[in-house]
Amino acid sequence: MDLQILVGIFPQVLLDGVSLGFMYALIALGYTMVYGVLEFINFAHSEIFIAGAFVGVEILLGLKSAGVLEHLPWVVLLLLVLLAAMLVSGLLAVLIERVAYRPLRAAPRLIPLISAIGVSFFLQDLIRLFESIWRNAFNLVYPTIDPLTVRFEITSTIDVPLKTLVVIVAALVMLFALQFIVKRTKLGKAIRAVAEDQPTASLMGVNVNRIISITFLIGGAMGGAAGVLFGVQYGLINPYTGFIPGLKAFTAAVLGGIGNIPGAMVGGLVLGVLEAFAASYLSLLTGGAFGAEYKDIFAFSILIVILIFRPRGLLGEIVRERT
Amino acid sequence: MTTRWIRPCLVLLLVLVAAVWPTGSSVLAQGKGTVKVATQSPLSGGQAALGEGIKLGTQLAVEKLKGKLEKDGYKVELVPFDDQAKPDVGVANAKNIIADKDIMVVIGHLNSGVAIPSSEVYREVNLAMISPANTNEKITDRAYPNVNRVCGRDDVQGPVGAEFAATVLKVKSVAIVHDKTTYGQGVAEAFKNDVEKKGVKILAFEGTEEKSNFDPILTPIKAKNPDLLYFGGIYDQGAPFFKQAHEKGIKAKFLGPDGLDSSDLVKIAGKAVVGMYYTTAAAPASSPQAKQFAEEYKKKFGKNPEPYAAESYVATDIALRAIDSVVAGGKAPTRDAVTAAIRKVKYSGMTGAIDFDDKGDPKKASYYVMQVSSDDPNKWAENKEAKRLAIAAPPLKK
Repeated sequence: MDLQILVGIFPQVLLDGVSLGFMYALIALGYTMVYGVLEFINFAHSEIFIAGAFVGVEILLGLKSAGVLEHLPWVVLLLLVLLAAMLVSGLLAVLIERVAYRPLRAAPRLIPLISAIGVSFFLQDLIRLFESIWRNAFNLVYPTIDPLTVRFEITSTIDVPLKTLVVIVAALVMLFALQFIVKRTKLGKAIRAVAEDQPTASLMGVNVNRIISITFLIGGAMGGAAGVLFGVQYGLINPYTGFIPGLKAFTAAVLGGIGNIPGAMVGGLVLGVLEAFAASYLSLLTGGAFGAEYKDIFAFSILIVILIFRPRGLLGEIVRERT
Repeated sequence: MTTRWIRPCLVLLLVLVAAVWPTGSSVLAQGKGTVKVATQSPLSGGQAALGEGIKLGTQLAVEKLKGKLEKDGYKVELVPFDDQAKPDVGVANAKNIIADKDIMVVIGHLNSGVAIPSSEVYREVNLAMISPANTNEKITDRAYPNVNRVCGRDDVQGPVGAEFAATVLKVKSVAIVHDKTTYGQGVAEAFKNDVEKKGVKILAFEGTEEKSNFDPILTPIKAKNPDLLYFGGIYDQGAPFFKQAHEKGIKAKFLGPDGLDSSDLVKIAGKAVVGMYYTTAAAPASSPQAKQFAEEYKKKFGKNPEPYAAESYVATDIALRAIDSVVAGGKAPTRDAVTAAIRKVKYSGMTGAIDFDDKGDPKKASYYVMQVSSDDPNKWAENKEAKRLAIAAPPLKK
């Protein structure tokens, strides 16, 4: 009986883990891009992420109260919300860089880190203040987009919800687009040049400040998109929701090799899948002695082991200096 | 040189006089002093809907019932505190509360995990606490003279749910998930122990602090296909849990404790929880007195009372009666006198008759099993009563 369950749910757990992993990967990109260019951890990124989720929910709720939510095709709806959230989160990231990091760029590295933590607290409570005045609410619920709730039943224990597929496809598209921009375009070349050596890049005619702003814009936009996907997938957000996924995404970025874009994706997937398997299988395998509550301990123990043997992360060595 | 100091000194003097004057005069007008009623409940954060209900229920009671004390020459004030559903914040507030000598009673908390450490602080000065909502057995099992509650207990609430599941729903198997808090885990364990005795098979018993992604927990539960899914916790976590369970296609019936008893449950989970059951120690608004309370509350605050708002009103009513009885003897109220007087109050009101036993439980408390009837949050008060039991609090285990 138990063995049957163990095997039976395997594909479902893998799917849960992969969709969670892509979410982490998208958020991890924001950490990894900024680190690649500035060698500093933007701890406010979890709030940039959740700001995207709030933009999404506000637009959807607005459309719902205007009565047009049901009449728009879901692809259009999703694209609209994604683009708006990417725009807002991207600009927010640029603004944060301009106000809180750029004046400190010459300071020792710990200083902008503290500044980042401060911005993180500030944004959490700013969002909370705004929502409590505007909607008198703390928890906001993503309106259900009916066509997205369709599930494809494969066996009695496995089914694939459409929204999970959407999350995976959207994440893949964005990851490949980003990889293309960084590797194949002139802008990408400039970003890589700034990452490698700022003074030399500026001598070669690269506007360093502009490139750094663009890096924040792209990283923030990815975070905003992840926010919308998070909201669509899990349904409920509040101003503090971003913290835990942000922390896990940061871990994923380190695991994959911080500063490395494919690394963020690999790290996110590994962490997501580990977490899903730990949560689903721990109590089945230990006969209830260890429950799902130990999922993070289990997942992070494995991460520590990986990092002991590969301190630069899974893909860290290859591209560390190049972003 | 000296003239330079005269003017600032005069200004300072004037400011001081201005600051002292009005309070001085009002004390004279009021006569004997101020009696303060404090509330402690989460006014911000994910559980603010229930926490605000506790504050507003108390506020309504204070405004409506303070007349007698005012006639006796006391000014009555409400001082609300926000414990943020966090034990450390609750304890910090409690220290401020005991420092204010005018506070005679605390109405609160919402969360047992916050109430237990905070009440340790109240006990230092024998300050009375009447809880409208804390159902964990440890609240009163410490047998503190100053700690009381007007609601039921989890070691009864859990078995009430178990009884309902086994005899009315006739389920054969159950999966249980809880939130790892004092309250959620406590009630889930009480439910588990009792339902197991009744021959229902426990397929899973899991704790989680997760608030958004329940997929990995629900996937094995779905494969085990239980007849019933029980969540021990509060609605801000329970609602997304049941919503995702429903979306995942889990066919089990849903059941939970009174932490789910809030209109926010359907606001978050929508259609997914229509038809689900929950046990509660909060009286549904069916009696004429409760209906009248609901109307007055709505008129004053522009919204329907949340569960435990009525209990807060009752708790405040009991507290004010106790203070009245102390003042009636002509003495100024003290914390010791009020704490002792609360245990002597014999009360009968909208949630039934309440008089406290020697550890602070109501001698007989009512428990209800309710069914969610609509996905409209405004119709939460219309949820159907599936079963009602009046059960005596169990005696203290030695």
